[in-house]
Amino acid sequence: MSDASAAADGDAPDAGESDNGSFTPWDQDAVKLTTLVIGLFALYLLGGYLLGYGTRQQLASIGQLSILIGIFAMLALALNLHWGYTGLFNIGIIGFMAIGIYATAVLSKGAATAKPAAGSTGGFGLPLWMGIIGGVIAAAIFGGLVALPALRLRADYFAIVTVGISEIVRFTLLETEIQKVQIAGYWTGLGGGSGLILDFDPTDRFLEAFGLMDAYVGFSDTLGEQLGVGSNPKPIFDTLLYGLILFVFLIGFYMLLQRTGNSPYGRVLKAIREDEEATKSLGKDTNRFKIKGFMLGCALMGLAGILFYAEQGAITPDAFRPRLTFYVWIALIIGGAGSNTGSVAGGAVFAAFLFRGPIFFKNIVQNTFDSLDAPSTFGQAVSPITGADPIPLVAYTIDNMGQLQLVLMGIVLIYLMHNRPEGMFGHRKEPASPIRLQDRTQSKPAASAAATDGGRDQGGTDDE
Amino acid sequence: MAAGTREAPTMSDTEAGTPDAATEHDAIGDADADEAESRVTGTVPLRVEGLRKEFGGIVAVDGTSFEIEEGTMTGLIGPNGAGKSTTFNCITGVHEPTAGTVQFQGEDITGLAPNQVANRGLVRTFQIARELEEMTVLENMLLAPKGQRGEALWRSVLPFVRGSVIEQETEILEDCWEMLEFFEIDHLAHEYAGNLSGGQRKLLELARALLTEPTMLLLDEPFAGVNPSLEERLLEHIHELREQGYTFLIVEHDMDLIMQNCEHIIVMHQGQVLTEGTPAEVKQNKQVVEAYLGGEVGE
Amino acid sequence: MGVSDTYNRGRELFVEDPVRAVIVVVAVLLLLDFVRQLAVGATEFSEFGVMLKDGLMRGLFFGLAGIGLSMTYSILNFANFSHGDLITGGAFGGMIATYVIAGGFGSEGDIGALMLLGSGGSVFGSQLGIGVATSPAAVVAGVVIAGATAIALALVIDRLVYKPIRDRSGITLLITSIGVAFTLRYLILFVFDGSRRGVTQSGAVPTVGIPAIDGTVSLNLHEVSLVVVSVGLMAGLHFLLQRTKLGKAMRAMSDNEDLARITGIPTERIVTYTWIIGAGLAGVAGYMFVIWNGTLHWFQGWILLLPIFAAVILGGIGSIYGAILGGLVIGLTMSISIMWLPSGLTRAAAFFIMIVVLLVRPQGIFAGRATA
Repeated sequence: MSDASAAADGDAPDAGESDNGSFTPWDQDAVKLTTLVIGLFALYLLGGYLLGYGTRQQLASIGQLSILIGIFAMLALALNLHWGYTGLFNIGIIGFMAIGIYATAVLSKGAATAKPAAGSTGGFGLPLWMGIIGGVIAAAIFGGLVALPALRLRADYFAIVTVGISEIVRFTLLETEIQKVQIAGYWTGLGGGSGLILDFDPTDRFLEAFGLMDAYVGFSDTLGEQLGVGSNPKPIFDTLLYGLILFVFLIGFYMLLQRTGNSPYGRVLKAIREDEEATKSLGKDTNRFKIKGFMLGCALMGLAGILFYAEQGAITPDAFRPRLTFYVWIALIIGGAGSNTGSVAGGAVFAAFLFRGPIFFKNIVQNTFDSLDAPSTFGQAVSPITGADPIPLVAYTIDNMGQLQLVLMGIVLIYLMHNRPEGMFGHRKEPASPIRLQDRTQSKPAASAAATDGGRDQGGTDDE
Repeated sequence: MAAGTREAPTMSDTEAGTPDAATEHDAIGDADADEAESRVTGTVPLRVEGLRKEFGGIVAVDGTSFEIEEGTMTGLIGPNGAGKSTTFNCITGVHEPTAGTVQFQGEDITGLAPNQVANRGLVRTFQIARELEEMTVLENMLLAPKGQRGEALWRSVLPFVRGSVIEQETEILEDCWEMLEFFEIDHLAHEYAGNLSGGQRKLLELARALLTEPTMLLLDEPFAGVNPSLEERLLEHIHELREQGYTFLIVEHDMDLIMQNCEHIIVMHQGQVLTEGTPAEVKQNKQVVEAYLGGEVGE
Repeated sequence: MGVSDTYNRGRELFVEDPVRAVIVVVAVLLLLDFVRQLAVGATEFSEFGVMLKDGLMRGLFFGLAGIGLSMTYSILNFANFSHGDLITGGAFGGMIATYVIAGGFGSEGDIGALMLLGSGGSVFGSQLGIGVATSPAAVVAGVVIAGATAIALALVIDRLVYKPIRDRSGITLLITSIGVAFTLRYLILFVFDGSRRGVTQSGAVPTVGIPAIDGTVSLNLHEVSLVVVSVGLMAGLHFLLQRTKLGKAMRAMSDNEDLARITGIPTERIVTYTWIIGAGLAGVAGYMFVIWNGTLHWFQGWILLLPIFAAVILGGIGSIYGAILGGLVIGLTMSISIMWLPSGLTRAAAFFIMIVVLLVRPQGIFAGRATA
């Protein structure tokens, strides 16, 4: 990432590109991000090679990595709109994701007009795309309801309010009274502690919607045979296809937020982050800007939540603990708050190294040393140390990588806050205008002529 | 829109440099056009009556009343703690007054939000210049113009309507360049505002305020922390703008500056207006001399 | 005051501050319904007595644990999200001491297993007969070690993590504290495993029945201990703050945010004492909570953190007495709200109150009053 930081340090941000008319910072960032993602894929393929993975496992590994990169990058982008652009310290991300997927589930689960069996419930049976739109709107509206009163709070109070609200959402999902209810003849509900089965597979629905299912099955069978994926190749290609779909959504997120950031609207958000009172004094109704920005971010978080959980087949309230919120924060801080490109990069790096990496590493080690029998408790792991035998401790450590990876995340977060709070791409200038702000003489040679003939009244300065 | 108000019939035709190219601004100002028309323009744009502000029992402003005439430059002076800044904040909507009214262009603006006050053409600058440090000078300027279509989120994002945003942005950018040139800080356009000197910031702040197309400007200690040569330039600009028809109310610590440049002076003391008048009248007022512990006034 | 006066004031309240008016109306309605429920027997007096008792216990815990959070919030100027894990750390530390002593320093079980609190199911607290009545020395030692462990953790973390960035913004420190919380919590999980272990011999706790109007309210020795320890420490802290020079300096810094801001970064001595007092109380609170509750697990402190935040915010950040009062209000809210809410939502009720306080009166409802 040295080239990225070099760009960040340049004091004339536009100078580099203005010499080369065809190369806007946009393209450069796209190249950087593509390179990063391809690099991460290569690393995983290499790891898979070391593990002796076959094609099937390699493809599955890449597919899963793509999904995680897509999700964390999308979430980091949405959070960047809140924190990086507007200065709204939202640590209730998971709550908005939960609202999104639960609303989608209730709308799009198969309709049940007779009372469903214990432990299950139905939905309204709407097409999935309608459910997704409904979920996004629900998350946005919920965000608006939170933001309306909370906007004037200090950042740290706002944080506490949002995390409190995300927990209230989780408690509500757990509630047995609304586990199963009948609305307008339909049996539905939030499923309580046992959660909801998602009887829609987003990849299948996507293919069916375009009438591509048969072609896809045929294609995956043929390609699967050629690549030596083995029997039943569809799940593998489903993962890859879903990863691809998420990348398309990610590009959509990125373009939307890049445009938002570059627009006069985004300019006001940045100004609010810098100094809200000064922005007000210029006649901007800052609250309206903040509410809209917050709602948009919440809608995107809802959408990311839908995309993340829809593919998992079932949701339970336990999945919506605040932990995931902090993952997204770590991703954003790695990438650099305030930069959309940084958000994507941070999401990708987080997914590859901190979220999936340790487990992958664990697999590699355990695969390499088959005989490594991990002790079941820390005590059994530590006691041989006195006899100068560190192997049990190492084995225990490897075996409990799932726990240690969160320790690692904590340490990374502390390290970043100490040494690089601006992240990989932070403090980088992302232009606050939909047009390029190059030097005036280059952009409009005729401008001064227009001014002298009185064509423009700029504060009445031209009349002398 | 602001150009429209400056064209208002009640305004003195003898004002030099009254701009006449209002139509050029339709693109920017159309959203506020109705508002502009409903305005009652008078010779006294700002009228403060019985203004009072308490903070938890402490009276900061205690029944202040004054009027500002169109096209004048008025100085608001007084010792520390006299209530100047609080008065300013009450006028501009930062604080809600405990009692009293503020009228601007014949309209009661008491208790309006700061952005609402600014949108009516009464725009302030801050004692400590409040630049948006991590934005460039040009971005600071681009922020200011009113009625920007692209400030509506959907217009900025949707593919087809976005063209009109870009079109307007190009016009606004041109306006910004001209304003920067007028203030002779166009060479700093791509500099981050946080890197400017104190004086340059004051210039930027004034330039930015002007882009909101105000009719009256409230300057809070515009010369604090400005080096003498920039101070001279800033003064020239202010005089030039005044001749174009802008009304100024200036809070300033430097007595000499106020005495030399303002035609009308309001002296505040302990939350009240002690006296007001021309510089000469104020100088001779014994109370003023006492309020300043003698000697500091004038020479 | 005449009727019309009251009417006018009421009207003013509704017009000028609808949010507050709604709160007043809801409070009055709840109070009326409360009286109704008791009158018609929808809730028995003894049931209410149990709620009151439980709420009081929890409230004392929140208050005791909240003091440290409140102090670091105002003196070090950040919301410490790792405070909950300090509580967990203290509880684990204290419980190790208790296990080791109750286990006869290895005579009643492998010393290693005792020190790991029987992770993997090797030793159980009930076997060791842990309880205030059955192993008083082990519990007393546990209280002391719990405080000491939390203090040691806090001071080491401060030295390594917070001190180098003392001058940064509260937000930076807040985010950093989230990193600390992660590190601490999952290290505890790594070492002690993820089980929710019973640590006391619950059958052996002496219990008395206090007669209420239509039944009895039972009170056991562990509940009494929680009350004695919390009230004792609160009284001790009160003495320290009122009578000693250090206490006065700390009070000045924590009660007055403006003063704290003017004086800038607090002296390292004040910071050290802030951690010692705050973390010490948090550790002891965590330990007593575990003795009261009978179970211990790795994310106990984290799930208690939000209600503690609620208590601190309710009491007014920086106010030590406010934290105690806020703790009682939150504790009582969580137990009494069950009269109206399903049991799963009582914690939601506490958070809801916190949010409403932040929105309506961010300086806290006891701010500027309870602090002498």
